[in-house]
Amino acid sequence: MSLNLEELAAEIVSRARRRGADGVECLIGEGEEFSASVRMREVESLKNAGSRSAGLRVLVGKRAGSAYTSDLTAEGLDTMIGSALELAAITSDDPFAGLPEPEELGQLSGDLQLWSGDVGSTGTTRKIELSRAAEEAALSFDPRIQNSEGASCDSYQGRHVFANSLGFVGSYRTSTCSLSVVPIARQGETMERDYWYSLARGFGGLDDPAAVGRKAALRALRRLGSRKVSTCKVPVIFDPQVARSLVQNIFEAVNGEAVYRKSSFLAGRLGERVGSELLTVIDDSTLPGLFGTSPFDDEGVASRRTVVLEGGVLKSYLLNCYTARKLGLKTTGSATRGITGNSSVGHGNFYLQAGTHSPESIVKQVKNGYYVTELMGFGVNAVTGDYSRGASGIWIENGELAYPVSEVTVSGNLKQMLMDLEAVGGDLEFRGATASPTLLIREMTVSGH
Amino acid sequence: MALQHSFFGQKFGLSENDLERYLGEALSAGGDYADLYFEYLATSSLSIDESIVKSATQGVSLGVGVRVIHGERTGYAYSDDLSAERILKAARTAAHIASGPGASGRIGLKEGPKRDLYTTPALDASGGLALRVQLIRQADQAARAYDPRVFQVQASYAESLRHMLVATSEGNLTFDEQPMARMGVSVLARTGGGDPQRGYSGGGGRVGINFFLTEKTPEYFALEAARQAVVQLDAAPAPAGEMTVVLGPGWPGILLHEAVGHGLEADFNRKGVSAFSNRVGQKVASELCTVVDDGAIRDRRGSINVDDEGNPARQNVLIENGILRGYLQDRLSSRILNAAPTGNGRREGYQHIPMPRMTNTFMLAGQSDPEEIIRSVPKGLYCVNFGGGQVDITSGNFVFSASESYLIEDGRLGRPVRGATLIGNGPEALKYVSMVGNDLKLDEGIGICGKEGQSVPVGVGIPTIRIDRLTVGGTE
Repeated sequence: MSLNLEELAAEIVSRARRRGADGVECLIGEGEEFSASVRMREVESLKNAGSRSAGLRVLVGKRAGSAYTSDLTAEGLDTMIGSALELAAITSDDPFAGLPEPEELGQLSGDLQLWSGDVGSTGTTRKIELSRAAEEAALSFDPRIQNSEGASCDSYQGRHVFANSLGFVGSYRTSTCSLSVVPIARQGETMERDYWYSLARGFGGLDDPAAVGRKAALRALRRLGSRKVSTCKVPVIFDPQVARSLVQNIFEAVNGEAVYRKSSFLAGRLGERVGSELLTVIDDSTLPGLFGTSPFDDEGVASRRTVVLEGGVLKSYLLNCYTARKLGLKTTGSATRGITGNSSVGHGNFYLQAGTHSPESIVKQVKNGYYVTELMGFGVNAVTGDYSRGASGIWIENGELAYPVSEVTVSGNLKQMLMDLEAVGGDLEFRGATASPTLLIREMTVSGH
Repeated sequence: MALQHSFFGQKFGLSENDLERYLGEALSAGGDYADLYFEYLATSSLSIDESIVKSATQGVSLGVGVRVIHGERTGYAYSDDLSAERILKAARTAAHIASGPGASGRIGLKEGPKRDLYTTPALDASGGLALRVQLIRQADQAARAYDPRVFQVQASYAESLRHMLVATSEGNLTFDEQPMARMGVSVLARTGGGDPQRGYSGGGGRVGINFFLTEKTPEYFALEAARQAVVQLDAAPAPAGEMTVVLGPGWPGILLHEAVGHGLEADFNRKGVSAFSNRVGQKVASELCTVVDDGAIRDRRGSINVDDEGNPARQNVLIENGILRGYLQDRLSSRILNAAPTGNGRREGYQHIPMPRMTNTFMLAGQSDPEEIIRSVPKGLYCVNFGGGQVDITSGNFVFSASESYLIEDGRLGRPVRGATLIGNGPEALKYVSMVGNDLKLDEGIGICGKEGQSVPVGVGIPTIRIDRLTVGGTE
């Protein structure tokens, strides 16, 4: 089957060429998903299905057109090719549009450990057992946990195929599985929920379900009895889960698309000091087994490691071929796209490099401050760096976690926050394609009463 | 319309016998209920960036989802291939949620009542692609002409047509053809070498190309986006702390979507995990507040003739004069809660299980003159445009992010301030509503609501309201 999809992609490319396209990129994705959820010890839902779709982008001269279909019959594919060519007749000449230079094409060899056979071979019963065990551990952890939004065991395996008219054909398989639990803690009339999860390429890599359930329970319990504080300016610690979102904000600011449009506060600052000496950020798509790893990007350019920020100095943006041409730079192998369309810029394993402090010692440094464990909403402006998000977490008094605080916001500006990075934990762990250790920001506004 | 004349009858030769057979297979292990959701979605989109039409995409996705309910359990499978063999396989997979003797006997499918909330012809390709290119070019030019400080413009136009068919083991057969169109314009402006500021405007609904030629033109959205970006150039830092907040009419209704809407979705309430659980009949807002969800308004983005379980959309009163009246139901929750369906069982597409979802959620108009509301505030914040929002339905805490706001000083509007997130608690925040304007407005039609990984189009609306106490997350 796999060989067939590569052949099919190459065939679509050559058919589009014969019908008048000068450049062609074709992507085929297929996948199978499974989900088993349990709530209050009973099976709540089972879901299992597979699907396939194909996407095509053509260039006629310097004009691009794109189409996609989930109908992979000869007729469906013909319609797709016709649609893409029709659209290329109405778009504009874009001098920067094109495929990669031939020498930029390539892929990593060797086993990147992106697929595990146990995802397909693990049965439904086992998946239900995992969900049950995780939820049970949360429910039996403390008498204040008597309700739950359930536990879910989800898995996915799929294949990603890419071909272009420069002769590139590549494909790779991926699999993921996850186990998550959402317990509800109650105290008097108030309820709090939280979650925890484990994510791996195969079932063998998942954490012990009881440990996942207990951690979720602890996270929900520590929110009980929360209060609001008076508005103040204090040091703020981001735990690794929420620090990941800060790293995501940094990605949005070094994304070549935002940079060439000048819609990033880091546009035009290559080579400049934009953060504290503790700020080193890496994008690495080559790390075996991790969630941002792939042998090649969605333009057929080989994956690589890029130092984005080093000791606070902006070293590189993340670029696909288009944004690289716009900026007079080279692609960093960061092209991504849905099933079709012009590529945009994505990241591989994008992470803030670990420091040496333990999270406990970072908390100890803070006399009066806020340890944030959840952020809410979309109040980050990548153009200006303005930052204002809802938060929950724990207040720090004299270096100790003292009491939960919620229904407040934390605000500042990313430009200043990056400069104000005062401590970086040693607790870097990859729980997704972005990762960060614990971070301490010197001062932010906490808005409350 | 008989099945053989419907889209799926014509294009795929789907017959009642086929549907009976698939539903029979879905109930072959003894489930209580089964349904089929056939979907054929055609989309097209165009965008302009730097005055160059850089991207144009068309495509089709199709498939069928099979659901089996047994007690409180759900089995789900789907196929993107409409061959009998593949649909039967999906039905057998979903059937496994139950384990018992199969049902037998013919269901006898009957078509439900028809209505048509969408004014546009289902497929309005008039003007062809050239006209659609012209629209985004007009938007680009209008935004650039608004002010010399405008230096980047992106505009996009997208339309789609979803053909859907729902057949249930209770004999309900429903078809719908759901059009959708949307235009969006994003603008960056800057003064000299200063920091750029962004403005965004967009809109649409269950409409076709004609809407953008006659009702809301590209210039309308372009000028609004450019105006917002230019206003922000003079913005001062936003204030921090609790204060009186006045929300302008229309899109600020996102407050209702976050503060009460999600918390009133019946799945959360039957599970007892919402801050609004077991609170029907209780006071959750000031008596000035009446909040409804209405999926049956002509041409609105959140409107639907029928929901994705085949139940007609309608107006549902959520809060009446401050008292909580009811929840938004899907089939599973309404069965368990022994409540009537409300027409809110929606899904992103055939790959997804339906859930209770909002449609168009808004507060009914009150008595106050909007200007009088602003005049009544000695010191506060007036918010007229927002980005997105989010809610934790269990604690009730919600946020929504203001993108255009002005200080109010001595009853007069002052300087614009920079973006800031507002935070409150759902069952508490609306108790502080002390004035409701007579100027109810629905939003322009840009809302996308996300829940458990599924996105659906929604609308919101609100008149000008005064909230005596809300926390504003600025820096000053």
